[in-house]
Amino acid sequence: MKLIVSAAPHAHSGDSVRRNMLLVIAALMPAYAVSVAAFGWGAIITAAISIVACVGFEWLIAKFILKQTPTIGDCSAILTGLLLAFNLPCNLSWWIVVIGALVAIGVGKMTFGGLGQNPFNPALVGRVFLLISFPVQMTTWPRPLGFQTQYLDAITAATPLAHMKQIMKGDSLLIDQLPSLWDSFVGVIGGSLGEVCAIALLIGGLGLIATRVITWHIPVSILATMAIFAWLTTPTGMCGHEYVLYTLLTGGAILGAFFMATDYVTSPMTNCGKLIFGVCIGLIVMVIRTWGAYPEGMSFAILIMNACVPLLNKIRPKRFGESKK
Amino acid sequence: MKTLTNGILKENPTFGLVLGMCPTLATTTSAENGMFMGLATMFVLICSNVVISLLKNLIPDKVRIPSFIVVIATFVTVVQLLMQAYLPPIYEKLGLFIPLIVVNCIVLGRAEAFAAKNSVGLSALDGIGMGLGFTLSLTIIGAVRELLGTGCVFGAHIYSEQYAALIFVLAPGAFICLAYLMAAIQKLMKK
Repeated sequence: MKLIVSAAPHAHSGDSVRRNMLLVIAALMPAYAVSVAAFGWGAIITAAISIVACVGFEWLIAKFILKQTPTIGDCSAILTGLLLAFNLPCNLSWWIVVIGALVAIGVGKMTFGGLGQNPFNPALVGRVFLLISFPVQMTTWPRPLGFQTQYLDAITAATPLAHMKQIMKGDSLLIDQLPSLWDSFVGVIGGSLGEVCAIALLIGGLGLIATRVITWHIPVSILATMAIFAWLTTPTGMCGHEYVLYTLLTGGAILGAFFMATDYVTSPMTNCGKLIFGVCIGLIVMVIRTWGAYPEGMSFAILIMNACVPLLNKIRPKRFGESKK
Repeated sequence: MKTLTNGILKENPTFGLVLGMCPTLATTTSAENGMFMGLATMFVLICSNVVISLLKNLIPDKVRIPSFIVVIATFVTVVQLLMQAYLPPIYEKLGLFIPLIVVNCIVLGRAEAFAAKNSVGLSALDGIGMGLGFTLSLTIIGAVRELLGTGCVFGAHIYSEQYAALIFVLAPGAFICLAYLMAAIQKLMKK
């Protein structure tokens, strides 16, 4: 028998970047299936363009600019592409999706040195770039009308968040035009690919917590903060609990809380840091939604807090055996 | 000669010394704006360099910074009034950033680091070199931002505006453009 002497750790759980990325992609699948059912070919084509472009740009940049071995095998570019598509309306022109992918991978990730070095969530960098650059195309939301065969000819509709913004400004007549809470929950409201169906996202998100890909701290602290804030600032003409549910079920709240903010590279390491991170994101989202110029602030809030992560990482567990001063 | 080219390439105010970032980021929304901002700064740089090198033996060391600022402010006022009189549309666009040339680090920096120690001729050359370097960088950044953000360069249409990314004429685009241009230039300079 041959004995091998090696340093710890001796047992490996089989965890890898690739496995975690694939699990997150799998967790996004229920929501993706709903958006395909709601938007038809638009959802399929947008996601396909986004993923192919992200993987392609990562390969090209790694190979020809950084001259490294391309690391597309870890599937992180596929996840970035899918998350970017989840943040876009399904009738977006193909070249805007490609620009978004280039910014997400090129500016958001590879500039800083690739996976593990990026301070900001690449998919959100891509989305915010597009939102500021092409405001009209990025806020023209198609109405989900069941499976459609056309790609670009969708009927557009305002999102519930845009309605809520008007209601907060005192236009209480619009309350009737909000979709019912049940519709928001099962996914027949207007919006980007990833914000139509809250329940499918919740199933995926809870699956991620169950498989220990993410911990509960960030999503729970974000959603709880948003709920409390909404309850305290309920506009006249609506019940508190109704407004809280609308706040959580519409827009990018669940997608952001479970899938965007929990990105390993761009979130704090300690549990305490994660809670602070989540509470601050929740506060910023609600401030932007209530008083800001944009109806939704999830992506801005996550990016702002991404920038604070190095600070939050100063919160560290006590070193074992450290003596008191 | 070396004094002249120093400011354009090796110690380029924007890409080499990274000084005067405020006007660089704020006024380069188009190639034209960038160029006029650069030219206005160049005028102030040359004049203040010459006057300060003439006065360098008269100015007591302890009050040199206030004295330099007074000299610089004089020429900035001259530029401001000249632009207001002869280039009103540009003056309107650049607005506050013309008087703010007073606090531009590059002007005070050259006065302190160069003009206060060198002869009048060399100081004038340094002012011209630094001014040209600053104008050139601002024009390049302005041109790139205008091209990507509106599809034009110096107001001439290159491609349709509907394909242009608006972000480049806004503040975040300034930071993105500056960073990538700086990276590219540093890489070229190393070769």
